Amino acid sequence: MLTTLKILYHQGKQFIPDLTKAKVPGIFRGRPEISFENVDQKALIDVCPTNAILPNPIRIDLGKCTFCGECSRLFPGKIKFTTDYKLSTNERSRLIISEGITEQVSLNPDLIRKEIHKLFRGSLKLRQVSAGGDSSCEMELNACGNVNFDMGRYGIEFVASPRHADGIVITGPVSKNMAEPLQITYDAIPTPKIIILVGTDAISGGIFEGSPAIDRKFIEKNHIDLYVPGNPVHPLTFINGVIDLLGI
Amino acid sequence: MNYIIIKNHQSVPVSSIPEMSYQLFFDLNTSLTEDHPDRHCVLYFGYREENSVHLISCIADDFQQNIIVSSSKVSSDDLLNSFSAKNISFERFEREIHENFGINYTDHPWLKPVRYAENRADKSQTINNYPFYNIDSEELHEVGVGPVHAGIIEPGHFRFVCNGEQVLHLEIQLGYQHRGIEQLFIEKDKLIQRITLAESIAGDSVVGHSTAFAYLWESLCGNTPGYETLFSRTLAQELERIAIHTGDLSAICTDVAYQLGSSVFGRLRTPIINFIQEWCGNRLSKGLIRSGNNPFPFTKVLAGRLTKVLDAFEPDFIEMNRELSTLPSTLSRFERTGMLKYEKLLSIGTVGMSARMNALPRDIRTTHPYGLYPELKHEPILKHHGDVYSRVQIRREEVLQSIAYIRYLLNNLPEEGLIEDKILTPRPDSFTLSLTEGWRGEICHAAITDGEGKLITYKVKDPSFHNWLALALAVRNNEISDFPVSNKSFDLSYSGHDL
Repeated sequence: MLTTLKILYHQGKQFIPDLTKAKVPGIFRGRPEISFENVDQKALIDVCPTNAILPNPIRIDLGKCTFCGECSRLFPGKIKFTTDYKLSTNERSRLIISEGITEQVSLNPDLIRKEIHKLFRGSLKLRQVSAGGDSSCEMELNACGNVNFDMGRYGIEFVASPRHADGIVITGPVSKNMAEPLQITYDAIPTPKIIILVGTDAISGGIFEGSPAIDRKFIEKNHIDLYVPGNPVHPLTFINGVIDLLGI
Repeated sequence: MNYIIIKNHQSVPVSSIPEMSYQLFFDLNTSLTEDHPDRHCVLYFGYREENSVHLISCIADDFQQNIIVSSSKVSSDDLLNSFSAKNISFERFEREIHENFGINYTDHPWLKPVRYAENRADKSQTINNYPFYNIDSEELHEVGVGPVHAGIIEPGHFRFVCNGEQVLHLEIQLGYQHRGIEQLFIEKDKLIQRITLAESIAGDSVVGHSTAFAYLWESLCGNTPGYETLFSRTLAQELERIAIHTGDLSAICTDVAYQLGSSVFGRLRTPIINFIQEWCGNRLSKGLIRSGNNPFPFTKVLAGRLTKVLDAFEPDFIEMNRELSTLPSTLSRFERTGMLKYEKLLSIGTVGMSARMNALPRDIRTTHPYGLYPELKHEPILKHHGDVYSRVQIRREEVLQSIAYIRYLLNNLPEEGLIEDKILTPRPDSFTLSLTEGWRGEICHAAITDGEGKLITYKVKDPSFHNWLALALAVRNNEISDFPVSNKSFDLSYSGHDL
């Protein structure tokens, strides 16, 4: 008992007091900013592993970006990654960052379904399905619930059964072999329910785009309530995205 | 001599690997591994060459510190004698060859599908009709778990055959995570795409897999990385080991409902991965390792920060472990749970931490050293009970060992301002094998190029490929309620196995 108290004392306070204003330490590749500098457009597009850089004018699609930083390393005057981790949105087109844009990525309030605020604001239970995810986003989602991030303070939690859930959180590009289990899990969640895509792989297929071993039909046919970009997503990106969706 | 001997990370012309008849190939590989705990198969694979299948077997000799490579050409409709009948550690490799090329064996114990790969030979085999082993008895029942599990983890299906609460048999069906990575390595031909793929093989072993790729690529292109690159890679590997081992200790505590351990180890992982982010901009080291350059040189400022992080980490980590290893309630769940004997581990070819838990010294850092490991003179940590507690102890001691290595590295910082950036071109008609020791165990990548230096085959083997069978055997005769903690203490990769 005494040892337990000693350990608790040594740990001190570990939680982040305000998750919406926390700063990430050191360098972090969050929201990119693109300058108007003239560069060899073809060469710039060519450095990207996932065709996330779009031409005329130059834009970056955060739904495809793997945040590898190769473009900013080779074209430091053109592209700079800021430490802004608030990248989540509910409209796919808002993930595309244009030249000269320095505003944060935000949600489109008109697209948030009414029942989301009404039913889930005080308590949101989520079921996570990894569909070809490499376990990096999964580890960061687990971290959302640890004592540092303590997402539970908002009533947001991951649950074991789809029957207890209000929505599904998908990671990974959706492998063909997981397409059916994903659909079955989704069907088992009572309505109304939300879909959150976590990580570049889930949003666009990422580096796996074009692989015959993945099956994106589920993503294409369903309405997506929240896109959370990252490779993997930072816990703060996920938590802030969800609380913005809920209007907390 | 009908085989060739290479070192870890060495490239050789494909033509220098002698081809022999299947019978000689069979005799050679089964006799090499017979009664030799110091030799095991690190990779055995096939690739298509016109109308035949070219088989290549790579046996690592831990004593001589080299790898014995041999090859044979067979046809898809051949009926072959299986290595597995003589040495069961080849079992999954032969199932993979059967699944991909349709080659049949006369005496393989059971040619079950491995991962339902996209390019499998028989497309009528689908993940829904897996042939489970079952026992017909009114007293027994089956428990099916997954593919979607209760926590936030990757999918896989577990089928238990139980007598009451006791597990008689566990079968693990994998393949749900298959993304076709090996094929994508060939199709996506930009270097940045390939390294991104390597980082995505298993998100908890980013450094392990990306360094395996980086060393392989550099060897294939005839380039030797400089000290500062080797420094970054070695440091990153040990940081990854500390982070994942600590996170696993947290999860193991969760699985025995020990809240304090779960919280404390969980939070102790945070400063380590936050430091990784301070260094390279990503908490899980994505973007840190590159082939031909070292994009995030390690500076004196970072060294000062890391020293502070470790100084704060170490006493808390030791204190929590001391408590964990004195509590009767945790020890009674850890000791004699999920046990495997040395002979069993050896026979199924277990590697890494799961081998070291019962005196089998498989550790690439010692046996086929690379990076700065020769300088660190690494000695593997061995335990002798093969149970959950051995795996807990290994994690505890390996974390402390890694901290000591990092402290040594921090006293030997590379010169600042050296930036390597080389354009690399792979050599034609070459074969390269690359082994690294991730936190889970031995990671193996191999590549073959054609006459123009283009990749024609890329093979990846995660340690989980060997170790899933160890988990299935370890839970036999355990209570089914002990499965979660046994599973977590192995912590094997689904995506690394399914690729």
